[in-house]
Amino acid sequence: MQDLLALSAVEARAALDAKDISSVELTSAYIQAAEDTAGLNNYVLLAADKALDMASDADKRIAAGKTGVLEGLPIGVKDMFCTKGVTSTACSKILDGFVPVYESTVTANMWTQGGVMLGKLNCDEFAMGSANETSYAGPVVNPWDAGDGVDLVPGGSSGGSASSVAARSALLSVGTDTGGSIRQPASFCGIVGLKPTYGRCSRWGIVAFASSLDQAGPFSRDVADNALLLSAMASHDAKDSTSAETPLQDVVAAVGEGVKGMKIGIPREYRMDGMDEDVEKLWQQGQAWLKDAGAELVDISLPHTKYALPAYYIIAPAEASSNLARYDGVRYGNRIEAEALDDMYGLTRAEGFGDEVQRRIMIGTYVLSAGYYDAYYLKAQRVRRLIKNDFDDAFTSVDAILTPATPSAAFPVGRKVDDPVINYLNDVFTVPANLAGLPGMSVPAGFNQAGLPLGLQVLAKPFDEAAIYKVAKVIEDSAAISTRPQRMAGGA
Amino acid sequence: MSDLVAGRTGDWEVVIGLEVHAQVSSSAKLFSGAPTKFGAEPNQNVSLVDAAMPGMLPVINSECVYQAVRTGLGLKAEINLFSVFDRKNYFYADLPQGYQISQFKQPIVGEGILRIDLADGSSKDIGIERLHLEQDAGKSMHDQHPSKSYIDLNRTGVALMEIVSRPDIRSATQAAAYVRKLRSILRYLGTCDGNMEEGSMRADVNVSVRRPGDELGTRTETKNLNSLRFIQQAIDYEVARQIEVIEDGGTIDQETRLFDTNTGMTRTMRSKEDAHDYRYFPDPDLLPLEITQSDVDKLAAGLPELPDSIKDRLMNDYGLSAYDAAVITEERETAAFYEAASKGRDRKLVANWMTVELFGALNKAGLDLARSPVSPDALGGLVDMISDGTISGRIAKDVFADMMLSGKQATDIVEEKGLKQLSDSGAIETLIDDVMAANEDKVAEYRGGKDKLFGFFVGQVMKQSGGQANPGMVNQLLRTKLDG
Repeated sequence: MQDLLALSAVEARAALDAKDISSVELTSAYIQAAEDTAGLNNYVLLAADKALDMASDADKRIAAGKTGVLEGLPIGVKDMFCTKGVTSTACSKILDGFVPVYESTVTANMWTQGGVMLGKLNCDEFAMGSANETSYAGPVVNPWDAGDGVDLVPGGSSGGSASSVAARSALLSVGTDTGGSIRQPASFCGIVGLKPTYGRCSRWGIVAFASSLDQAGPFSRDVADNALLLSAMASHDAKDSTSAETPLQDVVAAVGEGVKGMKIGIPREYRMDGMDEDVEKLWQQGQAWLKDAGAELVDISLPHTKYALPAYYIIAPAEASSNLARYDGVRYGNRIEAEALDDMYGLTRAEGFGDEVQRRIMIGTYVLSAGYYDAYYLKAQRVRRLIKNDFDDAFTSVDAILTPATPSAAFPVGRKVDDPVINYLNDVFTVPANLAGLPGMSVPAGFNQAGLPLGLQVLAKPFDEAAIYKVAKVIEDSAAISTRPQRMAGGA
Repeated sequence: MSDLVAGRTGDWEVVIGLEVHAQVSSSAKLFSGAPTKFGAEPNQNVSLVDAAMPGMLPVINSECVYQAVRTGLGLKAEINLFSVFDRKNYFYADLPQGYQISQFKQPIVGEGILRIDLADGSSKDIGIERLHLEQDAGKSMHDQHPSKSYIDLNRTGVALMEIVSRPDIRSATQAAAYVRKLRSILRYLGTCDGNMEEGSMRADVNVSVRRPGDELGTRTETKNLNSLRFIQQAIDYEVARQIEVIEDGGTIDQETRLFDTNTGMTRTMRSKEDAHDYRYFPDPDLLPLEITQSDVDKLAAGLPELPDSIKDRLMNDYGLSAYDAAVITEERETAAFYEAASKGRDRKLVANWMTVELFGALNKAGLDLARSPVSPDALGGLVDMISDGTISGRIAKDVFADMMLSGKQATDIVEEKGLKQLSDSGAIETLIDDVMAANEDKVAEYRGGKDKLFGFFVGQVMKQSGGQANPGMVNQLLRTKLDG
């Protein structure tokens, strides 16, 4: 029997259509893999029965010759997505036991295209974190380690989504990215993660963190699989007022079109003090690969980059403080009873929200308060506009931008959790794309000296995901990575 | 007419501004597809969005936007083609999102004008500061259970227009006139049904007092008044209370007050220090609301004629009094009834018959105009018979009473009962001759200078005719014969 877990999504689709394998076989293999790697804590809910039912249905459609682009492929779903009849908690105690009666638009699109839901994946509570250590379900462990047996974080907030795909306990997965929550864990776990253009994938049915920044996106082991999954996720959705009507390009075809003649911007402001030497080296290497493949490198300036992180940590908590007001114990989720309404609110929210979520609610409440609004929120919005203008200017002369994805590789579980500001610095390269609404991808490009994966980030103009796939494929082919994580299902 | 209020230490001027919340007439809520129908069982008109389930998003209902624009046009107001929805953040059990979506800095409608009609027939322009769209909250019921509150989310998310006046109102009477006129315009436009008893219109009143010509005094806001009577009572109470406080050497606290409908008094709800910090910010789930001038022009072209314009026409073209014109134009249906009944007839006479006889009779019968047994045509027909002398005004009243009961046409009643007015001069002269013959002594007295007896002869002749003699002819012929 062939190694089902070794098949890419594109290969699995072909094997399914050729009736070499069945979706039930493939799905069973992934359920087994999820059970074998349970120690990584990727799944908060493994929906084995549902997955096998969906796989069986997919096999019938394959037999009837009626297949969607994801037909029969087992996919993990970040717990931020509401899934009908399946507990959806955003990995927060406050949503303990919450079972939606509705399906998010993105996941519904995937099931319409024949995708099979494996279960719900661990993440930072309400997607607030960069190490998957704030989850009510406990931390996720990265399948990679430095050979010293120390557990490493998978990054966050979509830690389970990245870790499961890297560990081969999901063929594909979906996550959300508010400040880097797809790209940073993709980099830490050595896989491909795309944050599409803001508005590309509907936010309807996804637990909101920061509405103006949140965007769902695909995780995969290679670039071609990523394009396949995005093509199924994206849609215009009348239920989301910020959903874009611009149709998705043929991203599947864009993979492999090459970069000949493309202009790739290299922003000087992304050379930061204290950045790992390995990261800097890899970035240089990436530039060399693209030049060799026929692209023209262009030095560009994004002068307001250094203000992105502070602006993000005002805007995102501000929106979050309001978005999370609905978790009050009145209608659903966890409630701590009290005689008076205000006491019930206080007790429910104090017990239901973890420290990081409470910290951000307080920051957000503060920056929106009378007397502080202008100095913080309004100023941050102005900075956001300047950052967007920087990119608009840059994209008049380049087709894509290449940057490091993260300032370092994965770090040990528990190492930085006591200092929130150090954790926030993980997002320094990824946050600008969220503020500007741009698409961005982390694509695996190499390793640091300890043997931990590192990604490069590719950014493009709004709604030009195709440019990203062209560039990313060249990096993937040039890097030609064959090393696998130590704690992968089935063994490395 | 002075609106000043006399205190112990001199006169006071009252300054009032109103914030009226008017429920938009629309089939669905402002940001969800849930129905808005009044009177449904609790929590039946609730969508996932209204209940603020995780991941639910608001989508603007353009029907509500158009209604707000129509209302703005009706208030002769500036329409803002670009406006923004903000979140007003506060916790309450009947506010599922934990915020109300409203418009704070950039409302859809800017400054306008509302003309109010005063009792003396004059009118006054009250400035409109703004109109914005916002979501209603749900309903908390605290009296259903000894320790629990019950929540009904049917109203949650229903579209409201908050219409804010300038502080141009100077008395409780003017405030009532303002709300009555606003209600009238909203009903003409069909943008709010104006049913105050169902909560479709509620007012918050801002009241302050000052010495005439002084700077504005400190105001209080009394919230959620749902009838004209309560609005006036609350204002009267606040004015008296504030004057007393100040005249006793005290100062007014800027605060929010509640009106007690049982006692007619207001009391402190929360002071300025306890005021919420609503942390307004633009709702990131919604794009700014943009409408085009051509949308506005289309809506403007479709507006009905409004009461001020009809009133002016009734006064200037038809010669109606300000009072009659105001009464007739308060409701669109009344104005339409009048136009139909009076077309091609004596406009003033129809107005008199409508405002006095018809309204009086409907009121007595407990009917509204829509259920009037007398149709516009029928009332017109009656007036025709008066105008052409077929019946006298006095007979007409009897005929009208019959019409109210039977729903018959005036012509049929007059025909059946033989009530036609006697306008044959020969016949009337015969009657006069008979009366004079029977009262020779009175004739002599009259001719001897006792003029007052003229009325006696008129009465006698009318009596002899069974009330049907044409009174004008009787007068004229009688005078000729008596004086001749």
